[in-house]
Amino acid sequence: MLQDKDRIFTNLYGQQSWRLEAARKRGDWDNTKAIIEKGQDWIIEEMKKSGLRGRGGAGFPTGLKWSFMPKQSDGRPSYLVVNADEGEPGTCKDRDMMRHDPHKLVEGCLIAGFAMRAVAAYIYIRGEFYREAENLQGAIDEAYAAGLIGKNACGSGYDFDVFVHRGAGAYICGEETALIESLEGKKGQPRLKPPFPANMGVWGCPTTVNNVESIAVAPTILRRGGEWFAGIGRQNNTGTKVFCISGHVNNPCNVEEEMGIPLKELIEKHAGGVRGGWDNLLAVIPGGSSVPLLPKAICDDVLMDFDSLRAQRSGLGTAAVIVMDKSTDVVRAIARLSKFYKHESCGQCTPCREGTGWMWRVMERLVEGRAEKREIDMLLEVTTQVEGHTICALGDAAAWPIQGLIRHFRGEIERRIDAYHTGAPVLPAAAE
Amino acid sequence: MSGVHIAPPELQPASFEFTPESMALAKKHIAKYPEGRQQSAVMPLLDIAQRQHDNWVPQAAIRYIAELLGMPAIRVLEVASFYTMYNLAPVGTHFVQVCTTTPCWLRGSDKVLSACRKHLGVGPGETTPDGKFTVIEVECLGACVNAPMLQLGDDFYEDLDEESTGRILEALKRGETPRPGPQNGRLSSEPKGGATTLTTFNPAAPAAGSDD
Repeated sequence: MLQDKDRIFTNLYGQQSWRLEAARKRGDWDNTKAIIEKGQDWIIEEMKKSGLRGRGGAGFPTGLKWSFMPKQSDGRPSYLVVNADEGEPGTCKDRDMMRHDPHKLVEGCLIAGFAMRAVAAYIYIRGEFYREAENLQGAIDEAYAAGLIGKNACGSGYDFDVFVHRGAGAYICGEETALIESLEGKKGQPRLKPPFPANMGVWGCPTTVNNVESIAVAPTILRRGGEWFAGIGRQNNTGTKVFCISGHVNNPCNVEEEMGIPLKELIEKHAGGVRGGWDNLLAVIPGGSSVPLLPKAICDDVLMDFDSLRAQRSGLGTAAVIVMDKSTDVVRAIARLSKFYKHESCGQCTPCREGTGWMWRVMERLVEGRAEKREIDMLLEVTTQVEGHTICALGDAAAWPIQGLIRHFRGEIERRIDAYHTGAPVLPAAAE
Repeated sequence: MSGVHIAPPELQPASFEFTPESMALAKKHIAKYPEGRQQSAVMPLLDIAQRQHDNWVPQAAIRYIAELLGMPAIRVLEVASFYTMYNLAPVGTHFVQVCTTTPCWLRGSDKVLSACRKHLGVGPGETTPDGKFTVIEVECLGACVNAPMLQLGDDFYEDLDEESTGRILEALKRGETPRPGPQNGRLSSEPKGGATTLTTFNPAAPAAGSDD
């Protein structure tokens, strides 16, 4: 188990003040100038050494991503954009970082922005996080007043601005190119890649979009060294990670733990165990709503990291663990996610716009059992026609939970269809 | 995005303009973006308009913002109708947004909705006859370890059950402002009954609330 001395987010729960004075006592903004003076190459090399993989869901190596930014400007400025549009069902970690530890993010913006030669950072925070945006703006104002950002940031000679941009309710803006469109004052509809944002991002300028957690951990990694971070967790899956444990556990919570912690240990140590005990577990969605669920048998010994979960045909995603005990109507739980994706599809690509609605309607019938068994395979077939055939990954995200359900709970779906046809319809049970 | 509802012409004011305070705020937002990129401020400006105008954006405000930012009005309307937080028709004084996505549903969001029905007499998508309360169902609001939850104005009310939801709604009816955040004694997202981590970390930093 991770020791407190190796935890990065030491005010995750807001037990202490989020303001600058308290943040400094927790070690933030401690000689940031010295980090900047080591230069861009050193910072990127150290980030690569740390093995940090992007914390927004895709797990792309952060140091490598930063290195894609142009080293020589062709006249266009470069920008860092922070993705704080946290909206993946099950996920609420960035929220805690911004309301309780915002200086970690602001300092991270300066360091990451410097490393990629950006002139400014725009933090795109979901509109519903109004109080979180207030704290974040408060931290930015404090940092400006203390000379930590702005002209000659931290006395380093580097000029750097940080701005907050509030979203207004659109899950799709968590997709990096949709976020860029939104930041430009348009509907959040994803762009085709290439060109990639590092060449042509916001306002046609080189841009890197990083998740809040990826940026907020950077200052600590650089202070303690990439090797320290790489020494936590497992190879290719290094470091600490903030997990969000929701659903049918005794004590739902956020917690920073070591990557690769066994799922069972994570739930039992921090979330007070599954309601009714481990044997009462039905299934877990291990990485936010987009990833396929895992039945109990796999949950018994699976490790919580990118590669282990991928090997089980699921994913770490945002490390949002949604727990379902045996009282759960699992078909309805997934059908509700299908409704979510139908609601959040931006409507740009036909397979997603039409497919998410179609899949949701079939899922609603499967909840009741009002279907034919051959429709299960038809639904599976349609998920593969949506998956991979759209500009962004929302289509994939809508397909995967259904694929996971059919893979692991086909028997339950068939049982309902049988019951419906024999005149004993399965009425959706209450969730709680 | 689905279910856009624009107020009928008889409810639309003929004109709209920012108050001096709103205008000062708008200028601050426009200044965040590079020269010539003022269209980026359309989202904050719509928010300012909505806050100024009883929590909904009339069509006159769309035209006003378009003119202010030098963009076609249809582009502003596109943005205003794409994002769910802009109300294009009047809503109740208390805008009760209940999250019903799976993590909240697993923890009993159905009971939060039934408490709304019981105490307000309205269901999702409906407004009370006195115009005081509008209840809507929303998608994941990002407070899943404090589920179920609802948003009222700018605040989250978390760790709800039928009883605490009722208490909040009754307090609003009496004209009080109930205390936001977890309703079951938690500070924030730590495990109920006490944190399992950050117990040995104790720098001499001021406690929360001392200067917030």
